[in-house]
Amino acid sequence: MDISTTKDTAAPPTPQPSADQKRAERGTTRPGDRIFLGLSRGSGIFLLALMAAIAVFLSYRAALAISKDEANFFTTFEWNPTAVPPEFGIAVLAFGTIVSSIIAMAIAVPVAVGIALFITHYAPRKLGGPIAYVIDLLAAVPSIVYGLWGALVLVPQLDGLYGWLNDYLGWTGILEWQGGAPRSMLTVGILLAIMILPIITNVSREVFRQVPQMQEEAALALGATRWEVIKMAVLPFGRSGVISASMLGLGRALGETMAVAMVLSPSFEINASLLDPGGGTFAQNIASKFSEATEMGRDALIASGLVLFVITLLVNGAARLIIARRKEFSGANA
Amino acid sequence: MDGGSWKEIPKVKLQRKNRLRALSLGAVAVTGALTLTACGSDDTGGSGGAGDSTAAADSNIDCGDAKGQLLADGSSAQKNAIDAWVKQYSAACKDVVINYKGSGSGAGITAFTQGQVAFAGSDSALKPEEVTASKEICTGGQGIDLPMVGGPIAVGYNVPGVDNLVLDAKTLALIFDSKISNWNDKAIAALNPEATLPDLKIQAFHRSDESGTTDNFTKYLIAAAPDQWKYEGGKAWEAKGGQSAQGSSGVAQGVKGTEGAISYMELSYAKDGMSTVSIKTDAAEPAKATIENATKAIGEAKIVGTGKDLALEVNYQPKTDGAYPITLVTYEIVCDKGNKADTLPATKSFLTYIASEDGQALLADAGYAPMPEEIITKVRTTISELS
Repeated sequence: MDISTTKDTAAPPTPQPSADQKRAERGTTRPGDRIFLGLSRGSGIFLLALMAAIAVFLSYRAALAISKDEANFFTTFEWNPTAVPPEFGIAVLAFGTIVSSIIAMAIAVPVAVGIALFITHYAPRKLGGPIAYVIDLLAAVPSIVYGLWGALVLVPQLDGLYGWLNDYLGWTGILEWQGGAPRSMLTVGILLAIMILPIITNVSREVFRQVPQMQEEAALALGATRWEVIKMAVLPFGRSGVISASMLGLGRALGETMAVAMVLSPSFEINASLLDPGGGTFAQNIASKFSEATEMGRDALIASGLVLFVITLLVNGAARLIIARRKEFSGANA
Repeated sequence: MDGGSWKEIPKVKLQRKNRLRALSLGAVAVTGALTLTACGSDDTGGSGGAGDSTAAADSNIDCGDAKGQLLADGSSAQKNAIDAWVKQYSAACKDVVINYKGSGSGAGITAFTQGQVAFAGSDSALKPEEVTASKEICTGGQGIDLPMVGGPIAVGYNVPGVDNLVLDAKTLALIFDSKISNWNDKAIAALNPEATLPDLKIQAFHRSDESGTTDNFTKYLIAAAPDQWKYEGGKAWEAKGGQSAQGSSGVAQGVKGTEGAISYMELSYAKDGMSTVSIKTDAAEPAKATIENATKAIGEAKIVGTGKDLALEVNYQPKTDGAYPITLVTYEIVCDKGNKADTLPATKSFLTYIASEDGQALLADAGYAPMPEEIITKVRTTISELS
């Protein structure tokens, strides 16, 4: 009885309020509480307002540019916003952004899951800790440094790989190599894979750590090998976590700017082969064209930024859908 | 009792796990924040060689009654030259603060016609509509072009075993249009009978960003090889194919790091690990890309400006021995009459200094070509008549 009255402040006051009740009433009106409530509510509202402001700004400037665009904004392979009449389109950029991100994911996700499993389930404690630490360091390297490394070290080393791909897989057409310097979509994908590896590894590692010990021990008790434990207990439990980790990585890959601009030979054409130089991504194109852009050129770049914004929203929405659908199956929502 | 102690163990474990989890999630958040800060843009402006001039006050600088702040904006190509001049000038005239922003030629001319700056720097002469726009700012006068800074655009290449490559405009156009794709092509061999050209794919790099260097290089190709280079020209690269990279430093790095590469860039970027192409012109000997040879080529330029305007038309097929044809000229743009009263003394004094012998002599140190005597004399006369 006593407990319920102290907790319910709206209840009619007893003739002689207890000390507990007084404290509770005063507690709700203490300045600290109100300030903190105001601050946290304000932060939440501020974030929403900020997102809305960005969306409004992008849409407004994009509408200005697209209304003057004489070519189809979605299918044109040109970027001449200052020409008379202005003609520009995002076909090449959308293709390049998505293809380079897919390559990056195809390389990074299996490797990251492998590293995470090694750290949590195979490596001795003394080895797992340092590896995890090094992966964390990898995430702290600025993207411009990845770009420099990519342009100075990675690109000159890729001739061998490109030759090998051409010899064995050149017949597919998409992996045919004409001998151009390897500043292509595949190189961008490889570099992006290295850049998103740490974020996927870190989140996956945390998810695999949360796997209930009981389930793993139960599987072992039934005679499962270590691989079978991972297949039956760890991976199903961690699936949604790995998906959201991958989406975090994908978000970074979609928006990467300087590193892409430094290892790619950008051009407004789509090559049949991933190994030919050329192509471009949204963020790279904005970085390349912004410095000399006129008013119209800037609006056109902002219009392309809006498309990237929408693609990123769609990707995040899709990730949330997948996670929500598997929620009942998994305890970890990292 | 048994049940109680059995329950204890997982609880303790859970707490430890939760703490670990919180810690590592924190770590993820921190690294995430770090990576987010990593997106910046790089400044591609070169450093030039402007730093070595000791800031001793130059006694030949006439400050007159100049004082106050002088705002200017425009071409980033001449920014290093302006910086070197400003350093000397402000050491002598301490009452004047000069602020030159290298936002690009287009931005500079816009700022000038809107009356925001006292003078603008530009890679190209004023267009007729820009002259009309300038009449609103220049009461009773108009904007005029004063050629002040020149420079060669070098063609750097990286071909092992070939030191002294000679090319002409037609071959250059075909190479950059991906029509010639191997270094042992007959057209290249015909121009270099003594060189042993390797069987190596040509990797022609162009600028992926918009650039005045691209504009001037393609102007040369259009003028000197009209049959081979059928594009309109401009700051954006139009030909298809080939490699590209961002900024002068980007293409320079591309050439250094790639066997078989060739690209165009300002002379100051063409060093360490690459050679420059000598251009075959109508003269007897192919011209090397040097500052002196650029000045020789500007000497053949025609003054096409009318009245006080000294806009030049560079001769891309010079006949003088040694004249290097791929040359760009940048201008300072001021009003011939009707400059603002409060900035006129400082503008006049600064322009007089940069057109003087001392001022022009400073250019070679910064990697630029001084104007030939004949032209700079006319520039000096025009400056003295500014009002």
